[in-house]
Amino acid sequence: MNVKLIGKHEKDSRACRDGLALTLNEMMAQDKSICYVDCDLMGCINTKQLRKNYPDRAFEAGIAEGNAAGVAAGLAATGKKVFFHSFGTFSSRRCYDQIYMSAAYAGLTVHVLGSDAGVTAAFNGGTHMPLEDAAMYLSIPETTVLDPADYDQLASITRQLVNIDKGVTYTRFVRKGIIQVYGEGSEFEIGKGVVLHESDKDQATIITSGIMVDESLKAYEALQAEGISVRVIDMFTWKPLDEELVVKAAKETGAIVTAENHNVTCGLGSVVANCLAKNAPTVQEFVGVQDRFGQVGPQDFLMDEYGLRAANIVAAVKKAIARK
Amino acid sequence: MNEKKCKVLAAEIRLETLKVIHSRGFGHVGGSMDLADLMAVLYGEVMKFDPKNPRWEDRDWLVLSKGHAGPVAYATFGLMGYYPMEEAYTLNHPHTHFPSHTDRKLTPGVDLTTGSLGQGASTATGAALGNKIDGRDSHVFCVIGDGEADEGEVWEAFHFAYAHKLDNIIYFIDNNGYQLDGPTDDILAHGSLAKKAEAFGLYTQEIDGHDVKAIYDAIQNAYAKKGVPSCIVLDTCKGKGATFAEPKHDHSSQPNEEQWAEALAASEKALEDIKNA
Repeated sequence: MNVKLIGKHEKDSRACRDGLALTLNEMMAQDKSICYVDCDLMGCINTKQLRKNYPDRAFEAGIAEGNAAGVAAGLAATGKKVFFHSFGTFSSRRCYDQIYMSAAYAGLTVHVLGSDAGVTAAFNGGTHMPLEDAAMYLSIPETTVLDPADYDQLASITRQLVNIDKGVTYTRFVRKGIIQVYGEGSEFEIGKGVVLHESDKDQATIITSGIMVDESLKAYEALQAEGISVRVIDMFTWKPLDEELVVKAAKETGAIVTAENHNVTCGLGSVVANCLAKNAPTVQEFVGVQDRFGQVGPQDFLMDEYGLRAANIVAAVKKAIARK
Repeated sequence: MNEKKCKVLAAEIRLETLKVIHSRGFGHVGGSMDLADLMAVLYGEVMKFDPKNPRWEDRDWLVLSKGHAGPVAYATFGLMGYYPMEEAYTLNHPHTHFPSHTDRKLTPGVDLTTGSLGQGASTATGAALGNKIDGRDSHVFCVIGDGEADEGEVWEAFHFAYAHKLDNIIYFIDNNGYQLDGPTDDILAHGSLAKKAEAFGLYTQEIDGHDVKAIYDAIQNAYAKKGVPSCIVLDTCKGKGATFAEPKHDHSSQPNEEQWAEALAASEKALEDIKNA
């Protein structure tokens, strides 16, 4: 890992999706076994360039996600490294059986990409808002489930995905503007959490990922101002979970707050709680979407509406500390 | 082609399919038995395969999208020497390598895992695409049930194959007229599957699915057709050759031992009759 934390809460001038698209473009130039399958949404994540540059390996499967996922699995059976994209709602719910059976159960690796993670679906609304996509992939044996925070983290992860040849992978990501958390050239290791802040005086640990990393950093600053020291971990890999890091944080700080852009009943908070219950029972508060459906609106409004703000994290930290 | 040899092989496949299912006592007899003639043509006359190297890169692929026809595949692979036939007489026993539905991780000769209907059509299509990318001179043979054609995914796969000009795949539709709950006409009333496949742009032929010569010729016609995928609709009799299943076209059967004895004896006699014909 080579992580440069910026964390100035400023928007990245680069669209997050390009961290994926440009990286895939480079990878496909180097590795002729990489294929790409999309469901009429190349235009949304700027991957039309792949079809133009690699017409024999980047395919349009149309608005037929079930078949597209099956085609991806069939390609994998011929030795291809396959990336498969649709919006997160569709690359989970719409083709779950195909990914489960034709890929995962059949022992074939497909790298599934789900764009518009959680409330970032914004103006596409509740019909397009994946708040349970990761849950579906968490429940398939041998999967890798990822929720990157920004452009450089997404690019770094994408470069590593092709090295995974066991199990299905699922990466949920943001398409457009996003707060830049990490500096250019940052490298991450799938399966390893990133400790962004820690000290001997930490009274709690915030475990987070995706768009909630920046909110967590803001919460850290607000708590510091009040004299409350907390640890912050970017747990962009939800599965396999970095259990060692979670248990260490639980033992050293005695209180955990998870913060996720997903339904709290079946996401990051749940996998962390599962780990703690087995290894180090610890008080935990869950920031995230509280078992609700999505709805339409600007991302800022949605983050307020669902309690995905630094203020919610601050309140949860105080509550967790009080419960110790 | 050697028609006599092919007919003998088909009779052997029927007998072994019964034996495989008899080892468990019950199973998907109907939709397995009606594919014996196709399997005999594919493995006796058409396909490139190596039982010593089941994943040989230049092989032709078989995908039983109607995964419940596993027993007919296990019988065929055993006869072709992928494994001693007796191994397949563990069908659906604990820890068997021969499950109800075909599984690429368990059985030598199985190219893709099937069981959730419709999915094999897509994965077979993906495999054909992969083989085409690599310029392999190989074909994918995908067997779809007529009941399975209820699934929209089958038709999505046809769309994709046509759009991507996959002339290295042949979809067979096992048109036996029955599915689990009864005649297909009483369920979703497909009408002519051949006309529908043709409308999707596939080069489509409809033939007697128990006529080995007709099957062989249809495959040769498909080979000659460049730039489009092929569909061969096989008009078949569900349960063909299983005395307890054929009259009622049962989807799955649980015969008693007396019925099993009668069916196995009839199948053995059918094999002898063809050999002596």
